[in-house]
Amino acid sequence: MKIHEFQAKELLGRFGVPTPRHMVADTPELAQAHAEALGTPVVVVKAQVHAGGRGKGRFEGSDVRGVMVVKDPARVGEIAAAMLGHKLVTVQTGPAGVICHRVLVEEGLAIARELYVAVTLDRARSRPCVIASSEGGMDIEEVAASRPEAIHKEWIDPALGLMPFQARRLAFQLGLGKEERRGFVRLVSGLARAFTETDASLVEINPLVVTEDRQVLALDAKMSFDDNALFRHPDIAGYRDDTGTDPAEIEARERGLSYIKLEGNIGCLVNGAGLAMATMDIIKLHGGEPANFLDVGGGANAEKVAAAFRIILSDANVRAILVNIFGGIMRCDVIAEGVIEAAREVGLSVPLVVRLEGTNVERGRTMLRESGLPITEATDLADAADKVVAAAGVAN
Amino acid sequence: MGIWLDENTRVITQGITGSAGSFHTRQCVAYGTRFVGGVTPGKGGSAFELEDGGTLPIFDTVAQAREQTGANASMIFVPPPFAADAICEAAEAGIELIVAITEGIPVLDMVKVKRALADRPGTRLIGPNCPGIITPGVGKIGIMPGYIHSPGGVGIVSRSGTLTYEAVWQVSQLGLGQSSCVGIGGDPVNGTDFIDCLAAFEADPATEAIILIGEIGGSAEEEAAAFVREHVRKPVVAFVAGRTAPPGKRMGHAGAIISGGEGTAEHKIEALRAAGIAVAESPAEIGRTLGERLAAAR
Repeated sequence: MKIHEFQAKELLGRFGVPTPRHMVADTPELAQAHAEALGTPVVVVKAQVHAGGRGKGRFEGSDVRGVMVVKDPARVGEIAAAMLGHKLVTVQTGPAGVICHRVLVEEGLAIARELYVAVTLDRARSRPCVIASSEGGMDIEEVAASRPEAIHKEWIDPALGLMPFQARRLAFQLGLGKEERRGFVRLVSGLARAFTETDASLVEINPLVVTEDRQVLALDAKMSFDDNALFRHPDIAGYRDDTGTDPAEIEARERGLSYIKLEGNIGCLVNGAGLAMATMDIIKLHGGEPANFLDVGGGANAEKVAAAFRIILSDANVRAILVNIFGGIMRCDVIAEGVIEAAREVGLSVPLVVRLEGTNVERGRTMLRESGLPITEATDLADAADKVVAAAGVAN
Repeated sequence: MGIWLDENTRVITQGITGSAGSFHTRQCVAYGTRFVGGVTPGKGGSAFELEDGGTLPIFDTVAQAREQTGANASMIFVPPPFAADAICEAAEAGIELIVAITEGIPVLDMVKVKRALADRPGTRLIGPNCPGIITPGVGKIGIMPGYIHSPGGVGIVSRSGTLTYEAVWQVSQLGLGQSSCVGIGGDPVNGTDFIDCLAAFEADPATEAIILIGEIGGSAEEEAAAFVREHVRKPVVAFVAGRTAPPGKRMGHAGAIISGGEGTAEHKIEALRAAGIAVAESPAEIGRTLGERLAAAR
């Protein structure tokens, strides 16, 4: 789960991570009032949306970007008005953009240096890792590709946490002076603690800045969390904001289904994540385009299958559906029953191709045949892909 | 023969009284696996009923279960918030093979478990978030449908559940069987990895060829490719799921995500091919690719 910058800054503040003075506004008037309360000659206004690339992104139909450095604080209200309730389009949102409901109003600082610091899981070592770079403000993947020597790493032992010597080592590697070194060590130690104590999957500060008066601050803050650990962080779960999330993905989450909407026109309903991915792959390989990823899970019942159908059919692009079930513990006759019930209840507006294999497969197939529903049977994966691609083509 | 699970494996179920734990314990016993007991804290002293009328003793702790039954393996169905604790309890009791089926364990819990297991070289953890392990004809510890398997010479290792069944099915259609099949799980931090399985299959006299099924996310397939190039002489066939997966989205499995340009199927396939592994283009061609590879090796 992702949270907004202002939420991340609030959370990190609890771990002693300093940030520029800031306030949140949901109206232009409040934004203007905040700017006056800050009283600094330069004020920064930042759109609070779940998308990267805000600085380069633009609001639809205007020149206003997702992050604006305002040198005349009297104009903050006007700029906030161009953001609030409007669509921000960035490289990450795609052309559809995402509506901005809140802005962060922040003091402008005199910046001497911009750095990069992040904490994330290093899967290869099974440990959290602190990544620091002297190239602040840059995309870390680009730095990794073009100047790998500018990137420094420290791994966190879960029994010890990030040790002070590790944070110091990063400070030396980044060439920080004595005064800012102390602030850096404190900040990075706070980030590491925040990461482990909140079950984060990413804490990214880009840029981390050294001001001309040698303060070390998190100018930006991005955090996301391990969904599997939210049960023990109700406060963080309360940060959830589904603005910009596909409504079908929200319904799927509430029903315990894994669903991701894609651009194609062949809906997929599969049991198991690996098989669901493989089903998308084979559709593409046979000349079609998958409309979604959908894993009904191991314990799917008729009700879940029906919900999955509704979710797939809520996508207006869908021209045909492929059900691909390898029934192991999940019996094929139970799946067939669910498919038939769902098709009757939801109404089948597009061709349906079903491939069943596994426990009680013959009974399942017979049930589908005798249901009187216009279902096309497939014998194996390749046959299923061929048939559904053909069906989607005809339906087009 | 197969790997890790053989005639001497004596299994307990942690979480035996839960709905999944009890169902799958009965399934495993029905397949012929030697189960000797179960653990549910607070229910020690009671008995777990099997379908054939027999019973298994239930214990409060894994240490008691091990002491009194001689168990050397455990199958874990404990719910996610308590699963890391269950794994550590099994390891501390000296259980040698721990198979964690549970899906949804917090990643940082697994980071701690991995660190704890580093001090116990005699303990092997398979999973979590996996179907388990099966040595066809001998036994299974996990949730895979036993009947699709048959004894034979193909070792299968996979990050996925149902996609593994697909591969098993295709292998069986060829008239070949499996030596052992191991699901290493779909989480970003897990116990046994591809390399552990590849090394064990390479050393196992019953295994003639290996199928590796990967998916997007992380770099386990790339590391496996490097290992195969150096250490594996047996024929290896692979498939990688997720060529059509968009970046930045978790595809069901917690570990199946392309982030920062890393973990793409293309990169993995390229690395596997460079190591001389035959990679099936389509998930429908895993069996055929294996058949061709075996024919070429003969």
